[in-house]
This record gives sequence, structure tokens and C-alpha cells, in this order.
Amino acid sequence: MQVGVLALQGGFEPHLAMLSSLGVAAREVRSPLALREVTHLVLPGGESTTLHHLLELFGMWELVRERHAAGELALLGTCAGAILLGRAADERQRPPRLAVLDAELERNAYGRQRESFSARIELEGEPLEAVFIRAPRIVRVGPQARVLARHAGDPVLVEAPGVLAATFHPELGRDARVHRRFLGLAVRGAIAV
Amino acid sequence: MSQSSATLNAPQAETQVHVGLARMLCGGVIMDVTDAEQARIAEGAGASAVMALERVPSDIRKEGGVARMAAIDKVLEIQAAVTIPVMAKARIGHFVEARVLEELGVDFIDESEVLTPADSEHHIDKRAFRVPFVCGATCLAEALRRIGEGAALIRTKGEAGTGDIVEAVRHLRLVNREIRMVRSAPREELMAIAKELRAPYELVLKVHELGRLPVPNFAAGGVATPADAALAMSLGAEAVFVGSGIFKSADPARTAAAVVKATARWNEPAIVAQACRESGAPMRGQSAAAMAPDERLATRGW
Repeated sequence: MQVGVLALQGGFEPHLAMLSSLGVAAREVRSPLALREVTHLVLPGGESTTLHHLLELFGMWELVRERHAAGELALLGTCAGAILLGRAADERQRPPRLAVLDAELERNAYGRQRESFSARIELEGEPLEAVFIRAPRIVRVGPQARVLARHAGDPVLVEAPGVLAATFHPELGRDARVHRRFLGLAVRGAIAV
Repeated sequence: MSQSSATLNAPQAETQVHVGLARMLCGGVIMDVTDAEQARIAEGAGASAVMALERVPSDIRKEGGVARMAAIDKVLEIQAAVTIPVMAKARIGHFVEARVLEELGVDFIDESEVLTPADSEHHIDKRAFRVPFVCGATCLAEALRRIGEGAALIRTKGEAGTGDIVEAVRHLRLVNREIRMVRSAPREELMAIAKELRAPYELVLKVHELGRLPVPNFAAGGVATPADAALAMSLGAEAVFVGSGIFKSADPARTAAAVVKATARWNEPAIVAQACRESGAPMRGQSAAAMAPDERLATRGW
């Protein structure tokens, strides 16, 4: 397996550090060439409109979708990354979405930065400190996706075959369980750790 | 705001939420805008945030007078126009302007030397707010004093409104050099270094341990071209603020998109060259070296 973190804009450094703490030397992905060489890709938090703009600009948007559809690319999206992976609750809402995750996400659903917060959620029966920053809300989860964690009733971590999406920022804490789970996602022709 | 009982309100959690937003802005471009139209152009070009202000710095320089926080209607208009974070500037020490901006729901407040200072001795107690602050710094000590007051993000002061990158380069290099000095110093010398720098000891210790600032460091003040942005990134800036450089250029939409492109892939000369080619003619600019000391904005604040 070869792990990459999309490093065009956003909180990619904390993802690299978290993966490094798990003994994984992830590469920074900024080009289609680098994107073709990874089996696991993190779409970090950042601004979803900016990330979409840059992925399109550098010819990587369709490539992410194609490689994932072919079963060659496992994806982890956090916050803005999760927005891009899912579908829009309202089709008119920018930016366009990859729609590789069977869930609908509403942007900035909790409000502005003043309303950002951290909270204790539960994952696999153990507590996890989750930071929500101008976070999206998962408003619908389709039959292909499974909810792994909730906050105040809302799904905040969902998984589908080859995709993991968090509306919070697991990379900003010390708990590596979400990343471990991501590394365990299976892709064609690669052995998961 | 009503959250579940599990919500943490400890200062540390607050810091993580605020510094977290600063981290999410890394690799991006934050553009100065004065109205909704400009904000839409910035967002369309891939800006990761916009900064609402009354006049861009080069106009403040030209027109003079007292520069204050933007008009409320303008801030609201800009907030309504875009979905990316909206920042706004408050005068140094003007905690009431900051309270007003917090009340409006601005996502980040820039306590900025570009505006006329409201307090000649004290900066805002930034820990007392529910929104994060960015502050300018010319050296490590100044950066640590602002972080000590609660800033979640540091930017170079550079020399705003000039289109001359020289001061931002100087500030980036100086901060990096001082960080290397603190990093390599033996632990027992850190208190003397803190005394010398006039910076909080705990933060000097933190820099010694991390080998970087405890919050992100962005470039600002004089960034006018895609190449300027890539230069700042090459010198360790984690994102760039562009003020007059966008809307004082010949073709703001093209310049904005080109600066975004060069910032995202600053380490690849072929991409930066493409961005330079696609960019509109830059603002004319004014040499910072030729300016009288009292014309310099970077000397405001300490």
C-alpha cells in the first residue's frame, strides 16, 4: 500500500504527522502523477470550495473518482474532505461533490467559527475528543454507508466500502483510531496493514 | 450556542478549535476585499478566506486619515456573498471593534497595524473572545507576545500596501533564524533567552521543543505576484495574505487565480511559471526601502 495526503490546501500537515506516528511515511499529493501512485488518499480539512477548485485545476477531480470506482483508491475525508466525498443535501449548494460516499452533507451546518466546538464522542465503545471547526452536518446516510460515531444524535463518522468520512478533525487530536481504520480499508491489489 | 453537556469549554479546547481553523487555512490565499463583488471574485478564484476591510492598504497609504474597522453593512454584505471564512480587521488595542466583529460572527479577527492603532501600549486580550485572532509580527519575540495574548495565528507584518515583498521576506527569515537559535540552545539557557527577547518563558520553551511556532505562521504585507507568494511559501510561510496585490492589479480575477495556483504548488517552478503567465499585470507598487520611517506600518505595535 502507498498512502498519500492531498497537500494542495488545508490541514494536511497534522494528517502527515498522525500517519507518521503510526509508522506510515505518507507522501504529499499535489499532482495527477502522485495521485496515480497512491492506494490510500486523505482529503484533509480546509475550504471545500478551494479544494474542489484546485482538484479541477490540476486535473485530479475525475481521477480521484475513477480510481476509487475501480477499487484502486481508498479515501479518508475529514471536514471539508468529507463534504467533497459525499453528496450535497441541496444540489445548488457549492462546491460540486465527488459523491463516492452514500451520504448527504450540509456545509457550515453548525454556524460560523464562533459556533465551532470540541466534544467527547464515542467510537468503538471508547471516548474520543472530537474538534468540530465550521463543521458540516451529515443529514442523510444511505444504505451503502454505516454510522460509526454520533454527536448529539448526528452521524459524525461514517464508513462505506473503501471510504471513511469524519465531520470532525481526528488529525488534530492524539487518538489514532480513525487513521488506523482508514489504513485498514481494502483496495484492489494492495494488502491492508 | 447550545451544545450537549459533553462539550468542552476548557481554554485548551478553545485554543484547539481556534488554532485548528488557522491550520485549515494553510496552503491557501486570504484576500483583502472591500465589498461583496470583490468577495465573490476572490471565492471564485479559489481563495480560502477573505478579509473584509474599509480600504485596501495602498489606498490607506495614499488617502491617509484614520483607518478603522470596515463599515458594518460591508461586513454583512461580504458574509452574505461567500461561504468561505470571512475575516475582518480591528485596530490594535481596540477591543470594542473586536467585540463588534465577534458579534457579527466574523470567523477570524486581524488585530492589524494596517489600521490606525487605538492603543499605543496595549494589544487586545485575545483570550477573552470566542473567535480567533491573527496578529502581525516582525520577529520571534513579537510573535510570542501576541500568542501569549491569545493569537491563534501569526503573519508577518511585511510592509502592507507597497507591493514590495522585501519586508515580508525579512520578517520570515528573522523568525526562522530566531527559531533555529531557540531550538538549538541548551534548555538551561532558555530563561535568559526569554528575558533577552522579552517573550513569555513557557512559549520560548514550546518553540524549543517544537522547532516552530506553536501556531501557524503566514506571510503578509507586500505579496503582489504569484512568484512573491511562492517565495514566501519557500521561506516557510504556511499560507499567504494578499492585500492590495489582487484588486490593484490590472485583472483581479486572473491575478487571484494565479496566486492561488502558485501558492498550492509553490515548489514546482513549471507551475509557478504558468501562474505568472496567467496573472494580470501586477500593481505598480512602491519601494519599502525608499520610505521614511514614519510611513512604515510595521513599526506599529510591539
